[in-house]
Amino acid sequence: MRARRRDRAALLLLLPSVLMLALVFVLPLVWFFVRTLFIDSAPTELPGLVADVLTSRAMLIAMVTTNWISLVVTLTALLIGYPVAYYLATRGRGRAAIVVFCVIVPYFTSVIVRTYSWMVILGSHGIINQSLLDAGLIAAPLPLLYNQFSITIGMTYVLLPYMVLTLYAAMKAIDPALLRAARALGSGGFYTFRRVYLPLSMHGVLSGALIVFILSIGFFITPALMGGPSDVMVAMLVERSVEIMLDWQSAAIMSLLLLSVTLVLYAIYTRVTDIQRLIGG
Amino acid sequence: MRRALPGFVGLVCLVLMLPIAIVVVLAFSGGTFLHFPPTSFSLRWFAVFFGDPRWQASLWSSLEIASVACVLATVAGFFAAYAFVRRGFAGKKLLLSMLLLPTIAPTVITSIAMYFLSARLGLVGNLVWVGCCHAVIALPVVLLILLSALQGVDPVLERAALSLGASRSRTMLRVVVPIAAPGIVSAGLFAFLASFDELVISLFLTNVATQTLPVRIWNSLHLEIEPTIAAVSTFLIGVTALILLLDTAVRGLRRTARS
Repeated sequence: MRARRRDRAALLLLLPSVLMLALVFVLPLVWFFVRTLFIDSAPTELPGLVADVLTSRAMLIAMVTTNWISLVVTLTALLIGYPVAYYLATRGRGRAAIVVFCVIVPYFTSVIVRTYSWMVILGSHGIINQSLLDAGLIAAPLPLLYNQFSITIGMTYVLLPYMVLTLYAAMKAIDPALLRAARALGSGGFYTFRRVYLPLSMHGVLSGALIVFILSIGFFITPALMGGPSDVMVAMLVERSVEIMLDWQSAAIMSLLLLSVTLVLYAIYTRVTDIQRLIGG
Repeated sequence: MRRALPGFVGLVCLVLMLPIAIVVVLAFSGGTFLHFPPTSFSLRWFAVFFGDPRWQASLWSSLEIASVACVLATVAGFFAAYAFVRRGFAGKKLLLSMLLLPTIAPTVITSIAMYFLSARLGLVGNLVWVGCCHAVIALPVVLLILLSALQGVDPVLERAALSLGASRSRTMLRVVVPIAAPGIVSAGLFAFLASFDELVISLFLTNVATQTLPVRIWNSLHLEIEPTIAAVSTFLIGVTALILLLDTAVRGLRRTARS
């Protein structure tokens, strides 16, 4: 009886958030998919349509590009982020504060501003090319912008803070006594790291890699601004079919695939990451 | 090896901050095109930004949308966070991951779906509606901050107030809210920032008359990289810096209040 009354109070408290999520997020998505796929298209045509869209040359290329770029970005962010997070988790407060500052400021800076900053650096009239031209090291500007290289740099820059902060949260939970114990038992610095620290930080690595990969496969702003004409990721293809082709059905089919993959990976992420910790339960 | 780690971390920090620093320096350049380092310095690009009525209209759109999103997300998020921390109910973890979903789902898909419905309802270009849509994106930030803030409120104090005859709403208003106030302010600040910096939803849901600052930057970047963008970007960086600064001050208050 008491439990039920508590449940009712909880329901009331949760109502505004749940209503907001339902009306502004879930409803538009459901309506979009139902309307375009089940009302506007004939049920007999749908399977053929789905097959056409998902096996179209543009979509296949976009899927390969998306997976490839996301994989490279995830690995790069991991390789750069791990040492930074390790430093944060093991050093004193003063030095860590400076590093946290350098991670947090870009993290909270607008994605469009961060993308623009790299366009200014990499562009054909950009800072790198200008300096190299002024120094007489090159005769013509290097093609640094508008290709997969620049997309990778821009996306890694935008997503690195997610990786560092996730890894840091996991590493902070590692009991330093375990490392002292390993040392006391005679294991060397690198051996302790490899056999004790690295395995203990593995679930952080998995969480960080998952969150960066999930955000990468749906990324739009940076690849749209920093990519060349042939570097089209799935999210950009979705936007183009709506903006340019006005083809809502294809957009819905591609969206449904991208959203499903995102949801599956997110489900794994919530299992790996201890989000229960956030509610203290 | 012992030197390599701090060196590497220092280099990463430099690369993280350098692009932002470069934009800020370029915004003060005196030339008509971007050259780094600038040969002369001036405030002319800020003058262009603050003098152009279209940029000003975008600034006001951004402010209005972010205010709506901030209020909605903070209020709804506060109640939800309180329920998560204090109440027992089934499916807690699932509900929390659902509420965090809007920041995980590809924004292009969310935005297209929102546009699809908004167009039918005639809500495209409506600032309050865009604020509602941004509130869903800002809600996860609010929740994460308030979950930790409310865990710092001792339930004994609430029980004391209740046992002394205060009603539930009075306890909430006079005990919980004042103790959690710094957290609530932090949450509101970051909710505001989340909306102020949001691009993709605004791209789909605003029209020429109501486009926000990020949307105008986006449109300009497709045309040419003019120095005005550096000034506008610097303004956005300034807003971020201001909010981080205010948050630090509020956190400081929380610490002194506790001791």
